[in-house]
Amino acid sequence: MVFALFATVSADAGAGAVLRLIAGDHPNWLVRIGWDLTIIAFGFMALASVVGFIGIWAERKVAGRIQHRHGPNRVGPIGLLQSLADGIKLATKEDLMPRGADGWLFKLAPYLAFAPVFAALLAIPFGPELIFEPALSAGLFWMIAILSVEVIGVILAGWSSNNKWSIYGAIREACQLISYEIPLGLSILVVVVATGTLDLLQLSRMQQGGAGHWLIFHQPFVALAFIVFFVASLAANKRAPFDLPESDSELVAGYHTEYSGLRFSLFYLAEYNAMFVMSAIMAVLFLGGWDDPFGLISRWSARISREHLSLELLAVNAVALSMFMLKASLIIFVQMWVRWTLPRPRIDQVLHACLKVLLPMSLVLLIGSAVWELLVTEGSLAERITQWVLVGIAAVLIGLLGLMLLQAFVEGRGSQKRLSEPSRLGA
Amino acid sequence: MEAILFYIFATLTVAGAIGVVTSRNIVRAAVQLLLALLGVGALYFLLAAEFLAAVQLVIYVGGTLILIIFGVMLTARASSQKLQPSRTERIAAIVSAVALLAVLVVAIFEANFHMRTASTPGATYPVRALGQALLGDYLLPFELASLLLLAVMIGAAYLAKKRAADKDSQ
Repeated sequence: MVFALFATVSADAGAGAVLRLIAGDHPNWLVRIGWDLTIIAFGFMALASVVGFIGIWAERKVAGRIQHRHGPNRVGPIGLLQSLADGIKLATKEDLMPRGADGWLFKLAPYLAFAPVFAALLAIPFGPELIFEPALSAGLFWMIAILSVEVIGVILAGWSSNNKWSIYGAIREACQLISYEIPLGLSILVVVVATGTLDLLQLSRMQQGGAGHWLIFHQPFVALAFIVFFVASLAANKRAPFDLPESDSELVAGYHTEYSGLRFSLFYLAEYNAMFVMSAIMAVLFLGGWDDPFGLISRWSARISREHLSLELLAVNAVALSMFMLKASLIIFVQMWVRWTLPRPRIDQVLHACLKVLLPMSLVLLIGSAVWELLVTEGSLAERITQWVLVGIAAVLIGLLGLMLLQAFVEGRGSQKRLSEPSRLGA
Repeated sequence: MEAILFYIFATLTVAGAIGVVTSRNIVRAAVQLLLALLGVGALYFLLAAEFLAAVQLVIYVGGTLILIIFGVMLTARASSQKLQPSRTERIAAIVSAVALLAVLVVAIFEANFHMRTASTPGATYPVRALGQALLGDYLLPFELASLLLLAVMIGAAYLAKKRAADKDSQ
């Protein structure tokens, strides 16, 4: 139900990329810049807002489901237009600024938080041809680098508000992010050691041809690095259980306590887009990018000639885009699931988990990955056995998850009948 | 087009740098430093040095600048902290700035620059080549930098530990 609408997002990202396919490389640089700006405005800007729009709605629906309530269900079918209503509310709200705030920095901070996340979107390869040209040869590194700029916006927001809750949030954000950047970077390095490239497009192409070729099944160290990366990305995005910079039960709303109206909504947009960017990185790094588990898309894509624009080329890119978005949406769903299931640790526990657990773990993984690449040759029996074992483990896990969901669904139907008949008014 | 972009980013960098020097408020100075650093990163991009640009962002913006702001936040509030250099500080600053400028001017005129733009073929950065450059040709500076960082880290740990011990004895 929740991801029925990921297609909207996909269509949107696709619109920008199709412009690129049609425009090609025009010799006149003014025309080129014109196309680039059109793509940024109609493709990526729209993508960023739709990710926020759907993300916030989905978060509330998932939260409702997990807490056994309805979630938004008044505005539009199944509450779909809730984000629109919220947006109108935020846009018409009074724009407040505390008297003691540092005006210039207070106004700048939301933009500093959002702009880097938006810049990171530009490097994502959505499909075989769906990448913003010229593709960055160090795209992976660029995304991680530019995402680290986001923190400065958050810290400045906390500092310039001149409010104790805000500054506590900012301090927590600073120390949490500086610590978690290390395991995040090291777990990416594990993948880089295994593949030898920082180019996101090349990484996606490497993994074509079905789940067996996905990097997460390439070697055991990369599979473990995926877990490290996932945990570290939660912390880097200040998602619960690592949402200490804004933990509402102790810091009111943390770094954005003093913000209202559109400035506040920019922080939200930044958070949901950062989630999407992190999920996209995970999809490209570990889960095969735009290819499906059976390698059908890459086989189809390999057959099509790229000499000129054809309908089939557009079609394969559209399918690849949907696959990519599906993977990213699933990872976002897991992030929400974790958020509404786990309690929040204390700040010292958060730092302990990073510096004494994740950091040594990622260092060991890095060494392990390097040794593996030295000893195990490409296409050897050992490598193939590992791949099959890893794919098997994944299949068993997915099967168990499916069984659990089925059981929950069957039991949930019974209990819902007993509990429900909710009053039409109280939602 | 590259010339136009160059002047935009160069202006940003220089404006940010001037802002850092003239600002009396230390956090605002840090934000203007951010502008200057971002401008330099953008210039690296224009030179097709993507890897260097990303390194610039990770190390200076994502690391150093956050630490500076973090340090300021922990030590002082904005209202009470107006930077007012003393006369000796001013003289020392002028002397070191002139010395640095002299070194840089000499370096710029001595250096033999090759123009490389994004359209230059082969302007990609294979990880293998980067690794070989860092641990092969430039091994000595690389190791020296690591040694320096290690020394700084030990020094910081020592200072922090001493202060904690002092507190305990009081």
